[in-house]
Amino acid sequence: METVLLYLGYFFVSLGAAFLFLGAFGIFRMPDFYTRLQAGTKSSTLGAMSLILGVGLMQPEWFFKTVIIIIFIAISNPISSHALARGAYKTHQKPLTDTIDAYEEVTEENKNKNEEE
Amino acid sequence: MENVSNISKLFYTWIILFIVWLAFTSTLAIEEVVTGLLVSLIVALLSFRFFTGTGLGIFAPKKIFYLIQYFFVFIGALIKANFHVAKIVLSPKLPINPGIVEFETKLKSDFAKMVLANSITLTPGTFTVDIVENRFYIHWLEVSVTDEESVYKEIAEGFEKILLKIYE
Amino acid sequence: MNVFFIIIMGIIMLAGVFAVIRFIKGPTTADRVVALDNLSTIVVATLIFMGFVFQRFIYIDVSLIYAVLGFIGVLTIARYLEGGI
Repeated sequence: METVLLYLGYFFVSLGAAFLFLGAFGIFRMPDFYTRLQAGTKSSTLGAMSLILGVGLMQPEWFFKTVIIIIFIAISNPISSHALARGAYKTHQKPLTDTIDAYEEVTEENKNKNEEE
Repeated sequence: MENVSNISKLFYTWIILFIVWLAFTSTLAIEEVVTGLLVSLIVALLSFRFFTGTGLGIFAPKKIFYLIQYFFVFIGALIKANFHVAKIVLSPKLPINPGIVEFETKLKSDFAKMVLANSITLTPGTFTVDIVENRFYIHWLEVSVTDEESVYKEIAEGFEKILLKIYE
Repeated sequence: MNVFFIIIMGIIMLAGVFAVIRFIKGPTTADRVVALDNLSTIVVATLIFMGFVFQRFIYIDVSLIYAVLGFIGVLTIARYLEGGI
């Protein structure tokens, strides 16, 4: 049983390290802010979750605490990047796009409303 | 939805906080458990108004079943999203076609909207930028359709069907 | 300390290097904050892994606090970009 858990732990830890690397590499390679945020959030969230789960499996006494940290990361990471995206749009960081930018009209409307008041 | 009694909210908050306490201390020694019960009761008394909108109603067996189903759908989407991003990042030509699309949600409670937004952020190629009342603004890596109906079908339908059953 | 741990640490370090390059290159504040956010996630995961390698339980608590502080820091910067403070 213990060796099974150990090898499962090895598997999850390697998977986690690989995804952490992919996340950072995505941040390095992508062409604009929003696409960087996409790559960064998804890969680093799953990478950290999987690495921490691997440690929890290899060291069963720590399991519950690692689960708490996994839940915290799963909730906090999307929220912080969502806040960042909104903040960046307000500083006139336009997304790189050939097709559609539906959010633009909302910020324009808000600006006009503020000026009227 | 709105008529959840304060008692139910208080007990829900107390239970969640106490479970977190148990996970932190990782023991069942009597002193730890008693201290945990007291501390989590005090914190629950201070914070139950903002902590939850659902109260104990969420522990109904049917809803627990849907919560578990949601968990598995979510984990599946998360893993798919990561291989998707990995494929894009590692391919030498960067095959992306980004843009921001919008759609309208049927969910009413704020907490359910937050769960939907977080799930969308962690699923393949999509990313919530803002929620204005019940309109979601989504940054999408590979825009294939732009009208609201098909965007909704493509991105949110799978999650929202389950969330409607849990929170409404 | 076997070879496996050293390889994993090497991969994570490489990830950190890419994030730091993006942090230095910019070009805007928001890009730097994204790199910083990613770095703090990497640090949390690394701390827990090091705790396992060196068999120190205290690293877990440190990493939890680090995660909370990093989250609050990024939220504060996002709020600042939005013009809230």
